[in-house]
Amino acid sequence: MSVQERAPAPSLLEMRGVAKSFNRNPVLEDVSLSVGRGEVHALIGENGAGKSTLMKILMGMTTADAGEIRLEGKAVSPRDPRAAMDLGLAMIHQELSPVLDMEVAENVFLGREIRRARFGRFGVVDLGQMRRSCQALFDRFSIPIDPSARMRDLSVAEMQIVEIVKAISTSAKIVIMDEPTSAITEREVAILFRQIDALRAHGVSVIYISHKLDEIFRIADRISVMRDGVMVASGPVSAFDRDSVIRAMVGREITNFVPKETVPIGEPVLTVRNLAWRDRVRDVSFSVHAGEILGVAGLVGAGRSEMVETLFGIRHASSGEILIRSLPRRIRSPGRAIANGLALVTEDRKTTGLNLLGTVEENISLAALDRAARLGIIRKSVERTWADDNIATLRIKTFSRDALVSSLSGGNQQKVVLAKWLVTTPDIIILDEPTRGIDVGAKRDIYVLIGELAREGKAVIVISSELIEIMGLADRILVMAQGRITGELTRDAFSQERIMELATPADERTNV
Amino acid sequence: MSERRRRGLAPDRFFQDFGLVLIFVVVVGVLVLLSPGAFARPANLIGIIKQASINGVLAMGMMFVIISGGIDLSVGSIVAFAGVVAASLAHPGEYPLALTIAAPVALGAGIGAINGLSVAYGRIPSFIVTLAAMIVFRGAALIACDGSPVFNVSNAFEEIAGGFVGDVLPYLAIYFVVVALVSAFVLKMTVFGRRVYAIGGNPVAAAVSGINVRALQTIVYVISGALAGFAGLLLASRTVSGSPTAGEGYELNAIAAVIIGGVSMSGGVGHWYGPVIGALLIAVIGNGLDILNVSSYYQLIIQGLIIYFAVLADVRSKGGLR
Repeated sequence: MSVQERAPAPSLLEMRGVAKSFNRNPVLEDVSLSVGRGEVHALIGENGAGKSTLMKILMGMTTADAGEIRLEGKAVSPRDPRAAMDLGLAMIHQELSPVLDMEVAENVFLGREIRRARFGRFGVVDLGQMRRSCQALFDRFSIPIDPSARMRDLSVAEMQIVEIVKAISTSAKIVIMDEPTSAITEREVAILFRQIDALRAHGVSVIYISHKLDEIFRIADRISVMRDGVMVASGPVSAFDRDSVIRAMVGREITNFVPKETVPIGEPVLTVRNLAWRDRVRDVSFSVHAGEILGVAGLVGAGRSEMVETLFGIRHASSGEILIRSLPRRIRSPGRAIANGLALVTEDRKTTGLNLLGTVEENISLAALDRAARLGIIRKSVERTWADDNIATLRIKTFSRDALVSSLSGGNQQKVVLAKWLVTTPDIIILDEPTRGIDVGAKRDIYVLIGELAREGKAVIVISSELIEIMGLADRILVMAQGRITGELTRDAFSQERIMELATPADERTNV
Repeated sequence: MSERRRRGLAPDRFFQDFGLVLIFVVVVGVLVLLSPGAFARPANLIGIIKQASINGVLAMGMMFVIISGGIDLSVGSIVAFAGVVAASLAHPGEYPLALTIAAPVALGAGIGAINGLSVAYGRIPSFIVTLAAMIVFRGAALIACDGSPVFNVSNAFEEIAGGFVGDVLPYLAIYFVVVALVSAFVLKMTVFGRRVYAIGGNPVAAAVSGINVRALQTIVYVISGALAGFAGLLLASRTVSGSPTAGEGYELNAIAAVIIGGVSMSGGVGHWYGPVIGALLIAVIGNGLDILNVSSYYQLIIQGLIIYFAVLADVRSKGGLR
């Protein structure tokens, strides 16, 4: 009854009084959310605020302890994702799960394959028809992707778009996007946003989960903010500004979002000359100094990750020279890189950073086990000290060093990866997208840490696709495109426009 | 799925870690009650440990391989080949006993090295490499003895597995305990052991962390192969012959002990004591059913169901099924 009183035009989706506990820990308390038709509704909050749980309840992936869900005024309770899909709900996950060796069209129709008229009841699929239907969908949203391309050959942004099309093709009324831009660059974000606008125009609602406030203010109609399992603010986007959203999220004032302090810059620690790896990294030369934070900007696919992975011995350089404190070094394996004082916080903590089956402590000591051991036997006391010290100094939220690392939130997992590299006591720390997909509080902690590392005289290299982040952190920025360094900017010359210009050479602008 | 693996409340953890011990105690208790005269007799208990020990030694090696993310199907054939070689070197007065002991172990380690190198550097799935090795070395065992078992072994050779300490404690049981304790130590306390878990949990992250994943992968198959060679020696000694058809299906028994012991088939997870209890449980149940006069046909069905339910319980306790 009170629904009508509060919202005169009935919302498309109404969640009311939703509560949920795990092991008697309340993760959601009396949460309400209302989404209008054709509305882009941003749902934000730090990791662990309860956004994902709320969406899982909506998608039938877990059940609420209390509360109700109304879709177009009717009470619904999806039992599983399939039932949620049938109700017109679709979710695009943070970690995409396409079948890489299938065609785009097959992925779009996965689970509801179009069958042949003749032998359909024997399960014979009609690939041609699927391609044509897929093409029709792509045409409707003017998407330049070939339905018969293999999924594997697509960029992350393109896969993202295919997932969206898949959601629409199930005639979804509401599409939930969980961190859709965490793996794509600014330019690809623009492509994604065009699709979101098209969805809105077709009357489809979007629940948009993100940490990136810029994006939210660009795309959202309404904003709802969660904190510690409670909905703390909800309203039209015009009722918020950046500061008020952050205040609502963290419950405290955050000033100087990306703090930068000036520290004396010393001798060059790492010098790279004409480094190449196949045709993905070409003729890269630069050096980093003690106390310096060097930013590396560029689009996804510009060869930034490949470049640092070659430096770190994960990929074997085709040519080039690496000098550490002016001495030439051959780095043919990560083990050699670590021995030479390098550390690499890789781009994707789940696939390359952590052993998700291991505990916090086991992950923290992994790269430096030899130093914790005598005659090959691990000294538990050393290992425990490493874990406890880092849990304290990095403020890793975990109830024990023996907790499985997979039980931590994304931001805290990222801190575990950082801790793992800090215990190797490196001189040169490379961080590849260190704040991807983590919440504002953890981000800030990591910015502070990066600043401290520079102050201690370490050479720091930060790869980031978030321009504001990299401009805030770095003393100097290298811009890469197509495997080459296309420009170098000092702090007084930083500007988003200049970086984007260097990141997109003229001949690349054609293949959008 | 993100709640999967979250460490739950204390009772859950207790059951996950010690549930198997509990099941073992219950099974033993039931058997003692059902046939107090026969089951609990010292001679029978010693028989059980003897029965469990060869499978237990194989299971320890298999445990390293499975935790590292692989599988070793070749151990049964290594048992046969190594047994034939051991028996051939054990004719009275021909070779020193030390060689008779060292040769089968070295042979097993060598075959393990081939397996390991193929998996680590050849990038061939372990299932396929060790399936091929299983077939090839069964053939090699047959060729080595021309298809017929090797008899006429020295008394000293027979003593290796058949001997007792003070007339009560069989050497076989001691080997099993020593192998289990050394395996436990290596797995739990050493850098090597920790890295075996790491490569099983996430080989890419392990490699990025400076671990030589390929060398480690090779070594776990060498361990498994060497222990299989040792098991072949023990079996030959126990049966006073080297038979080319010995050890058939042993690889599956070892895998069963490891799985019943709660070690994850996808690698990265498991405790050393799991496979030990798994091997003992298999032997206890086989022995108990014999005493209770259950036909061997039904025993197979019961054994199969135990593996099925052990894995089901494991999957459930980890929240994989809902």
